[in-house]
Amino acid sequence: MVALARLGRGIRIVAVWTLLMALVVVVLYPLLWMVDSALKTNAELFLNPFALPSTPLWQNFVTAWRQGVGDFVLTSVSLTVLATLITELISAWAAYGLTRIRIPLNRTFTVLVLAGLMLAPTVALIPLVKMFQAMGLYDSFFGLLILYTAFRIPFTAFLMRAYMLDLPREVDEAASIDGASRRATFWRIILPMSMPIVVTTAVLNVLQNWNEYLFAMVFTSGTGVETLPVGLADMMSKNGTQYPIVFAGMVIAALPMVILFFVCQRYFVRGLAGGVGK
Amino acid sequence: MTTLQAPPAPARAAVPRVGAAAPTRRARSVTWSGLVWLAPALAVLAVFVYWPLLQNVFFSLLKWNIYSGEQTFVGLDNYVALAADPVFWHALTNNVWYAVISIVFQVFGALVLAAIVESVRSERWRKAFRAIYFIPSAISLTVAGLLFYFIYQPQSGLLNVLLQGVGLGQFSQAWLGHESTAVFAVIAMSQWQGFGYSVLLFSVALQRIPLEYYEAAELDGVGPVRRFFSVSLPLVREMTGLMMIVTVAGAFQVFNEVMVMTSGGPDNASQVLSTWLYHAGFVTDDFGSAAAIGVAIFVITLALAVAQLAYSRRRRVEW
Repeated sequence: MVALARLGRGIRIVAVWTLLMALVVVVLYPLLWMVDSALKTNAELFLNPFALPSTPLWQNFVTAWRQGVGDFVLTSVSLTVLATLITELISAWAAYGLTRIRIPLNRTFTVLVLAGLMLAPTVALIPLVKMFQAMGLYDSFFGLLILYTAFRIPFTAFLMRAYMLDLPREVDEAASIDGASRRATFWRIILPMSMPIVVTTAVLNVLQNWNEYLFAMVFTSGTGVETLPVGLADMMSKNGTQYPIVFAGMVIAALPMVILFFVCQRYFVRGLAGGVGK
Repeated sequence: MTTLQAPPAPARAAVPRVGAAAPTRRARSVTWSGLVWLAPALAVLAVFVYWPLLQNVFFSLLKWNIYSGEQTFVGLDNYVALAADPVFWHALTNNVWYAVISIVFQVFGALVLAAIVESVRSERWRKAFRAIYFIPSAISLTVAGLLFYFIYQPQSGLLNVLLQGVGLGQFSQAWLGHESTAVFAVIAMSQWQGFGYSVLLFSVALQRIPLEYYEAAELDGVGPVRRFFSVSLPLVREMTGLMMIVTVAGAFQVFNEVMVMTSGGPDNASQVLSTWLYHAGFVTDDFGSAAAIGVAIFVITLALAVAQLAYSRRRRVEW
């Protein structure tokens, strides 16, 4: 009986590891194939998609960069950084106001700030396009910046509010006894104490902004302000495309976020769990 | 950008005033001046989120003349037309498929998988599996979509070449080019992209269960499968419910991957609500009916949001 039980356990362990490893292959193979394809010639790619390149063409990355990817990266980086910074700032102010100052109708204002969490951006799409066309914000970097910022405030403020609610009351009182103004209390005490949640939300906002597609596609029409996702999709749909060049662009788009995830894994887990659960 | 340089100035002076009212009272007293801190968020949200949302409802009652841009009030005509539009219902059905398949793989599949990952004894491997499975969620749906567009290519795509390689060549086909397979090929990609995210979240939930529960069960001779059903499952029920609501809400908002991989084709076979909205708004320039589709999405996501809120309010499992 014991031998049988041990055998059963053995089989189970083999089954578990087979499954987990098979999934590792399913996840990693397409990604490695993307890198592999980025190093080939067009002919090699179509002749045998599985093969390794005869000689890795690192040149493809340079070509991709020159054929527009460099511009897309510039747009995406500036948009991501600026939108994240502004979102963090506006949300932190709001969370501070909602949690550390007694404002009349606090519940109403809380709902007003957080309700946006539940809205799909598509729902406001048509009026936004009309509005942006009328305001001259259509097809502009500034327009995208506004949209990216506005639609991330509820989520960011939501997580920050939850965090600031847990900071001890005595902190503000001590600051106030020492004569610190509200402004000083925010900048010198509450914001530094909230750094873990600021980093968490910033990491998630960077991921979201870098990968955003709907607004970037609908609110731009071609040259100048294309972000990476939109630019790559455009490159792909053009006739006579050198596909390895697009693959190189895809690697350039994917790599920063994969690295960000591995470097900031702890923050990802905290932010994602908080965003869904509480 | 001016927002960056204009921190909200609280009404009170920054310099402490000697002999002013007892400072501790400040923290307690109710004051409108605190609104300054909320003003930027409220202003941005009001103008760019809530106002367009309201406008959208109004837009859905209008008819636009494409050439003159003239608008006429048509009441519920757009909704009546939508109800009679077979593509709208087909798109809605595709969203439902998205939701159902995602629940199977990204909720229940991910939960089982998370339990299996957490059962691995080596901490290092557990971490490695969780991280590797998450990688596709870090790359954008657009890049993942483009990647799978290639994997599904009829002639030299990875999938068909693979099928031929293992002698299943008769199943190879233009996955995105056939009406019957297109939307499911997109959904399959989406599962690949998103399952690691759910596994990560379920792992966190499972880690919160005290080990003693498992040890007690193990001492009682309960096997791992029953431990999953009798210990893990009841204790992550809240997370499972939330994940279900979040997943379904996501399924009714899906846009990127469909747009990138098929644009709703072939012959509208893979349209979903948001791509059909895009089509109405920017391909046929029928803003009224696009707005009506927007209202439909709004109603569905609002219902799910209310469900989520009600669910979160319920007492958590205590231990």
